[in-house]
Amino acid sequence: MQTLKETKKGANKPAKIKMSGAEAIIHCLLAEGVDLLYGYPGGAIMPVYDELYKFQDKLTHILTRHEQGATHAAQGYARVSGKVGVAMATSGPGATNLVTGLADAQIDSTPMVCITGQVTRQLLGSDAFQETDIIGISTPVTKWNYQITKVEEIPEILARAFYIAKSGRPGPVLIDITKNAQFDTIEFSYEFCKGIRSYVPVPKPQASAIDAAAELINSAKKPMIVFGQGVILGHAEEELKALIEKAGIPAAWTILGLSALDSDHPLNVGMVGMHGNYGPNILTNECDLLIAIGMRFDDRVTGNLETYAKQAKVIHFEIDPAEINKNVHADVAVLGDSKETLSLVLPKIKKNSHEAWHNEFKEKYKIEFEAVIKDDLFPTKEGITMAEVVNEINTASGHEAVIVSDVGQHQMIACRYSKFKKTKSNITSGGLGTMGFALPAAIGAKMGAMDREVVAIIGDGGYQMTIQELGTIFQNKTPVKIVVLNNDHLGMVRQWQELFFESRYASTVMSNPNFVKIAEGYDITAKRITERKDLKASISEMLASKDAYFLEVKVEKEDNVFPMIPSGASVSDIRLK
Amino acid sequence: MKKEWFTISVYAENNVGLLNRISGIFLKRHINIESLNVSKSEIEHVSKFTIVVNTSKDWTQKIVQQIEKQIEVIKAYYHDDDEIIYQESALFKVASNLLFDERQIQNIIKDSNSQIVTVSRDFFVLAKSGRRHEIDEMHEALLPYGIMQFVRSGRIAVSKAEMPISKLLKNFYQD
Repeated sequence: MQTLKETKKGANKPAKIKMSGAEAIIHCLLAEGVDLLYGYPGGAIMPVYDELYKFQDKLTHILTRHEQGATHAAQGYARVSGKVGVAMATSGPGATNLVTGLADAQIDSTPMVCITGQVTRQLLGSDAFQETDIIGISTPVTKWNYQITKVEEIPEILARAFYIAKSGRPGPVLIDITKNAQFDTIEFSYEFCKGIRSYVPVPKPQASAIDAAAELINSAKKPMIVFGQGVILGHAEEELKALIEKAGIPAAWTILGLSALDSDHPLNVGMVGMHGNYGPNILTNECDLLIAIGMRFDDRVTGNLETYAKQAKVIHFEIDPAEINKNVHADVAVLGDSKETLSLVLPKIKKNSHEAWHNEFKEKYKIEFEAVIKDDLFPTKEGITMAEVVNEINTASGHEAVIVSDVGQHQMIACRYSKFKKTKSNITSGGLGTMGFALPAAIGAKMGAMDREVVAIIGDGGYQMTIQELGTIFQNKTPVKIVVLNNDHLGMVRQWQELFFESRYASTVMSNPNFVKIAEGYDITAKRITERKDLKASISEMLASKDAYFLEVKVEKEDNVFPMIPSGASVSDIRLK
Repeated sequence: MKKEWFTISVYAENNVGLLNRISGIFLKRHINIESLNVSKSEIEHVSKFTIVVNTSKDWTQKIVQQIEKQIEVIKAYYHDDDEIIYQESALFKVASNLLFDERQIQNIIKDSNSQIVTVSRDFFVLAKSGRRHEIDEMHEALLPYGIMQFVRSGRIAVSKAEMPISKLLKNFYQD
């Protein structure tokens, strides 16, 4: 693979120093600006860990309690900081434990580099102890992967790994390094990767597409924007805001796009998709122009494609050409980086306001408020709702906290009811829907944004999938706030069973342990509340804590999340109850 | 869904593992690879995959987009049969006695425009290059007499229109 290289600024010629491959790996990481990585040692990666020991003043290694935790922590770190997350593991089971995190990072476009040890080159293919074909296994869930078997390859391949992970549409890269390559010595020098001839990270925007998009936007009577994470990844929050304000276009978001636009912005009309807001879902099928920005028309967003926005023209702003026409036909595809393309479109847009059209969203919101939101936020029944907990956390933290959610009912509630002022504040597993994501991701998020409050909101099911990461919090004194919304059920599956499987609750009822005692075992201040009257005080106590804090809230056991677009139904068929 | 034959041509860096990555794209979408050929291309250090599929144009387009997305793929194209010059090759191993006992065999060899590669006491081998249906026809003709072994190669194809890879690569170094 042919690449363009660049040496560090100021250096005429890279100095060459003799060192082991393992030490070279550390120098590569340092050169790429890595100061923190997550991982778990083992036989085939031991030479690198030996170097990590020597370099611990420059490079902090966080020992997670499971390799999956290392990947999610790296993801959380990457998502709040915009930097590349790094995770490390040994061969065999260490490597296979990374797979879920890789798949999650792949589908949610998170820049991550995973480094795995591998048995020595001579043993490859011999079914050696802890040998596994992690290249074969990880191929479908990585943006790129590569096995290094010779020490000389280390600097160039790692430079390429970081370049690929963070450029264009970001994604996970896995580099597998045989033990001999870690032990052997090289004359080390490092050159950054600046380009790969077979890879176009950002397509050049076409002037004709920009013009066509502007024309459609200017002539639309009922335009609607749906934006996704592409806005955040492209640092295009300001451009998005400028566009919606100038053209007066109501804008809705996918759960990965959440926090790119101030929640209280008057033109922010809420969430699309299966449990999204009533207005933007219904009106997707009434708009005359759908402007998709940095999103990929996931089935959880579109419902049935046969009946999705068929009446509308579609403009798709997208960095990845493979997303164009994949699920929804684009009348105009504007390829390129969202910041650049939106900036190019902006001057061609006429000032406008679509007040009557915008009012339709407000009307729909009133309907949703009466049917759903009122009872969610201000319940009259005895049991605590998830929404009132989320709302209280959000209000008490002044909409400034990073909210890390897991997967399930509480995730939908967290996304529906959290309000954000700052971008990169909503961290959740959107595409893969990985239960167990939140606890380790919150650790990474906190370490990536130490100045910010990080609150993990987790269900009782997902919490127990990666509960061992409490050990990581304990060892590193990571001040994350953990809120478990405990309904003693796998709530989302239970909801589906109630609605679509005649309430046959197959394996969704959970007998849960004493979560408070478990947290206390890790020396984390912990509290359980069961009554509404204690909610406010305990949340403010949690937020006031300088250290990690665990709060379990016993919520209503059989609440359902609404609105809901049943699986395979049209966005128009969204149900309010 | 209207199924058609398409030939996908992929220009890529010659790297271990890329074949796995490309075949995974088909696997994920449950689309069968009808034939696959990997060879060097007109450009040094650039490999060419020639892949034949029988599926809808829409799916073929999506697959080509996904193939192009792979880091090591320079460019991918798809063509229908009219847009390319293509060939496949086949070998037929047949019992030698048939050559003498069955007069029709000699006609088949002549009509099919195939070559006798080798003749031994027990068997002879016929080689045939041509379009897929020509090989199918020859296969059908020989079948009643008994075929000891049969093998067909992947399709190889060149497009009538230009596939401007050299230009693309040149642009990379200029940009």
